[in-house]
Amino acid sequence: MIRTEELLLNVGPQHPSTHGVFRIVVKLDGEVITEATPVMGYLHRGTEKIAESLNFTQIIPYTDRMDYVSAMTNNYVLVHAVETMMGLEVPERAEFLRLIVMELQRVASHLVWWGTYLLDIGAMSPFLYAFRDREIIIDLFNELCGARLTYNYMRVGGVKWDAPPGWMDKVRDFIPYMENKLEEYDKLVSGNEIFLARIKGIGKYDAETAIDYGLSGANLRCTGVDWDLRKAEPYSLYSRFEFDVPLGKNGDCYDRYRIRLEEIRQSLRILKQAVRQFPDGGETMGKVPRVIRPPAGEVYVRIESPRGEIGCHIVSKGKAEPYRLKFRRPSFVNLQILPKLLVGETMTNLITILGGVDIVVGEVDC
Amino acid sequence: MSEEKKEEEKALPDGARGAGEAQTPPVDPEREAKLKAAAEARAARAAAKEKADKEAAEAAPPEPKPPSPKQPELERIVELLKRDVSEEAVEDAYVNELNGDMPTVVVRNAHWRPAAELLKRHEELSFRYLRNVSGVDYETHMEVVYHMVSLGTKREAAIKVKTEREGASVYSATPVWATAGWNEREIFDLLGIDFPGHPDLRRIMMPDDWVGHPLRKDYEPLDSEV
Repeated sequence: MIRTEELLLNVGPQHPSTHGVFRIVVKLDGEVITEATPVMGYLHRGTEKIAESLNFTQIIPYTDRMDYVSAMTNNYVLVHAVETMMGLEVPERAEFLRLIVMELQRVASHLVWWGTYLLDIGAMSPFLYAFRDREIIIDLFNELCGARLTYNYMRVGGVKWDAPPGWMDKVRDFIPYMENKLEEYDKLVSGNEIFLARIKGIGKYDAETAIDYGLSGANLRCTGVDWDLRKAEPYSLYSRFEFDVPLGKNGDCYDRYRIRLEEIRQSLRILKQAVRQFPDGGETMGKVPRVIRPPAGEVYVRIESPRGEIGCHIVSKGKAEPYRLKFRRPSFVNLQILPKLLVGETMTNLITILGGVDIVVGEVDC
Repeated sequence: MSEEKKEEEKALPDGARGAGEAQTPPVDPEREAKLKAAAEARAARAAAKEKADKEAAEAAPPEPKPPSPKQPELERIVELLKRDVSEEAVEDAYVNELNGDMPTVVVRNAHWRPAAELLKRHEELSFRYLRNVSGVDYETHMEVVYHMVSLGTKREAAIKVKTEREGASVYSATPVWATAGWNEREIFDLLGIDFPGHPDLRRIMMPDDWVGHPLRKDYEPLDSEV
């Protein structure tokens, strides 16, 4: 065997396939990775520090900017934490609106993942299809709250805006449209041999490892662990809807791919039921004190974001500002397994595996 | 401010900064009036709140609450920790009512490593999934909170480990749960808690040459312009 000189290669922080400003330093022996060290912090804005001098309503826009591909779920985890602390009731109409936007968000987020993942691997056109369809959801959100990406939509006790007339019909029309498109996606990509050769059996780990590393979302479920917080520890109105939790069994990139596509289908299923059951009238804001002061104490709540378990740990001293606010960000926790997965893989597989983890750097760094 | 003075201020240690700016500003009557009005408003609000609190306290005498349904879970954790780790392992234990009666146990730092092993590996508890690690600076002391769940029984627990602010140090849980690795690095970076036993304890968010730990309550940035 020919010995090659060891090469230290710096990937990122501006490499396009690192999805933002993520950087990883790899040691290469020929084309095989012998060591990988992620370097984070290029997008660290100190959200948790800033939050300590803001009241809870002011913090909501900051959560938009953590996982900017899935801002609605971030909004929810914060307001849900405060509501849990204060024991607030949320009107049914508001809770329905929240659930609908969160599921639409999950679809949009998985579409971004699907498009960019294939772009990473070398297929250009799926990206365009995915963004075309995601645009419909973005337009729906824009109509609802006037923003395309950073929505600032939810409030403690409800939502900021009611759905405008005709909005719910547009959501209803979107569901069958997206179902058709999903089939198209499958025809276009899912059976492609070159694609399958790139992702099958790549980045494998077992359930024990996944649990040890605290992975969540598709990264955990691809090993067959049935753990979706919408089912396991239901929050919001999820216990009212029928849906399945797609599971994998090999724990490789292919399983993660299948799960994410199937999750879009399941989200559409939830949306279909939610739109049908959406209450005709009612309030969009519950009874909330003028100044939001959670009682002294602490709370940890968690929900299922498209990337996994996003949690919010609030320590309050009875003031309008949190004493300490900590976000458990799924991207940050999921990424931790990356150095372990990369050892012994080739450089091309680095891109496949990193993409398969599905990170958003705004959330890794927070 | 003169160039010279700026230089001098940079050279001063953290705490001494600002001491040179003791000159009294010129008195502005409008500003004075506003300040006075604000102080009066504050006093009125405080008085109103006190009155309301008093009324509320009189109206609702506290009733003895029935024990939480999660009380047995908590007691079992405490029992096992006391039996298998040490009689002194548990400092405090309560259910956190705000958080859906989450069983919360404060474990003594000296016994934390064997306690972590027990929590993860004991068949009955099997807290194999560590979902979150947070560090909190309480000004009197520091605290690391480990939120864990058993995927089989869906039981949850919050385990707290307290430490002094000066030379804060908590035994690392990374050898038990791999997921604690980066979480503890983050706490080390932002709160300055040391984790003996951690395989790779470096800063993770801030640059390696950063001075101080931003999430500490007494944090002062070294360079105030950053």
